[in-house]
Amino acid sequence: MARFVLEFEKPFLELVRKIEEMKKLQEKNNLDLSSEISLLEKKLTELQKKTYSGLTRWQRVRVARHPDRPYTLDYVRMIVTDFIEIHGDRNYADDKAIVTGFGTIGGHKFVLIGQQKGRDTKENIKRNFGMPHPEGYRKALRAMKLGERFGLPVVSFIDTPGAFPGVGAEERGQAEAIARNLFEMARLGTPIIIVIIGEGASGGALGIGIGDVVLMFENAWYTVISPEGCAAILWRDKAKAPEAAEALKLSARDLLELGMIDRIIPEPPGGAHWNPEKMAETLKKEIIKEIERFKGYEPEKLIERRLQRYRDMGVYREVKNARPKTS
Amino acid sequence: MPWYDNIRIGGLNKNAKKKDIPDGLWLKCPGCGEIVYRKELEKNLFVCSKCGHHLKITSWDYISILCDDGSFQELDTGILPEDPLGFCDSKPYPVRLRNAQEKSGLNEAVVCGIGEIDKFPVSLAVMDFRFIGGSMGSVVGEKVTRSIERAIERRISLVIVSASGGARMQEGILSLMQMAKTACALTKLKEAGLPYISVLTNPTTAGVMASYASLGDIVIAEPKALLGFAGPRVIQQTIGEELPEGFQSSEFFLEHGFVDIIVPRNKLKKTISTLLGYLYSG
Repeated sequence: MARFVLEFEKPFLELVRKIEEMKKLQEKNNLDLSSEISLLEKKLTELQKKTYSGLTRWQRVRVARHPDRPYTLDYVRMIVTDFIEIHGDRNYADDKAIVTGFGTIGGHKFVLIGQQKGRDTKENIKRNFGMPHPEGYRKALRAMKLGERFGLPVVSFIDTPGAFPGVGAEERGQAEAIARNLFEMARLGTPIIIVIIGEGASGGALGIGIGDVVLMFENAWYTVISPEGCAAILWRDKAKAPEAAEALKLSARDLLELGMIDRIIPEPPGGAHWNPEKMAETLKKEIIKEIERFKGYEPEKLIERRLQRYRDMGVYREVKNARPKTS
Repeated sequence: MPWYDNIRIGGLNKNAKKKDIPDGLWLKCPGCGEIVYRKELEKNLFVCSKCGHHLKITSWDYISILCDDGSFQELDTGILPEDPLGFCDSKPYPVRLRNAQEKSGLNEAVVCGIGEIDKFPVSLAVMDFRFIGGSMGSVVGEKVTRSIERAIERRISLVIVSASGGARMQEGILSLMQMAKTACALTKLKEAGLPYISVLTNPTTAGVMASYASLGDIVIAEPKALLGFAGPRVIQQTIGEELPEGFQSSEFFLEHGFVDIIVPRNKLKKTISTLLGYLYSG
């Protein structure tokens, strides 16, 4: 089971231990304890559901960052067939914090782009903790353009603590790379399906996040800045990240209420890492549904719809003739 | 926050609020630390004659520098901010907004309208750093978008002068989506075949730099402006070493190919109109 345990997961582990003990006992003594076991399993599920329905926003951020949470390539392994990864931006390098390639899901061929974190230190160094450089965004754009040219829908998995803030990233135009992607994705002539599977930190997430439909995992977060970054600036103290997370309204439910996403994808009891296979199955169904939904759209229609979607985003009020000035 | 952020610097425009102008006849240049005569500085468009440092000036100062006399007409003045998240840190967001409005005499962090630059008609949007660090929330996104749409409707050029710390935290995800919204609108301008000149002033960073500020057909920067995606402090903390001299300056961005021209303030108007002469066919 989980090698890393969040404080609110501890009661779950107690039950898991009991269930395992009973299973051992059953095997050893050739007893039928199935009804007791299923009772305990039910209890576990109920406890998880109850706990998770009451999680604070900051606790959800911690679930989204859980080191056992499935990442892009885990889902690829579980639900995508014939996956062929493609590499490099044809300009500078191959950024391993973003994975791109061709795959098939439920008989539909598509282009996949997704941010990829590492499971251990070694892999995290390779993946740069899921923090892309400009070449990552440019590679993603290259893959998306291939999708457009060859009539394949694009599915984008967002899971990043942010675009990498470093010297090389600035030298190679991190801001321009993200801006360019927003501009190009706005008019990409093929469906774009966005799924926020974990962390959606700011421009680093949005850089592969413009689409025709935006789905979000129940325990994912997505907002303008990381809670730590916000706390450091507005509270002048990184330790106030939990307060910042609350203030930022960064949960899936918040974003649905604000009309910024289309749908929440429910996670298994305890979160995606408690049952990755089940999570993957749910995700697969959602992706297939969206690919099929957008299949018949003419590119022009799709683009018009996409432009209107973003045109309408924003909350302000308008009054007449408020202090006009001339010069 | 440096001392000069707390006081009014600039004041070329008569509409500016009087109380923002410091009383003293002398100002200390943030660039070289020299004490300079205020009148002299004003005549020089708030560029230090000793070191060439470009002091921060207001949106209305830029408008009077760029637009032909009496040609600018402000529009969309009635678009006002809301508090969609009910955001509160050390003070509630509505209080922060009110303070910014009182301090700057502006409704929001961007002033938009139409005007003429050496007779070239333009849709102009000028950001103002005094208003919550020139940050982009829903209002800035909407006003910039309308400025883009206005350029298309009237078939005129678009000029945006940026000065911004990035997307506004207090509006959370809505601020982030303004990057998408403005970038989407710019694709329509491109389809319409109209030019967009982006002017980057000190500072232009983060969400604004990673959206419309970087997307100009021509990108102009004022000398030695701080530009970039991440703030220098964040980068320093991440890499844990001193940053190279001149890192993230206009000159650094020119060197690396992300800025077309560095133009001093007194040449800004002429440079833009000359460019429009090449790009805008009326």
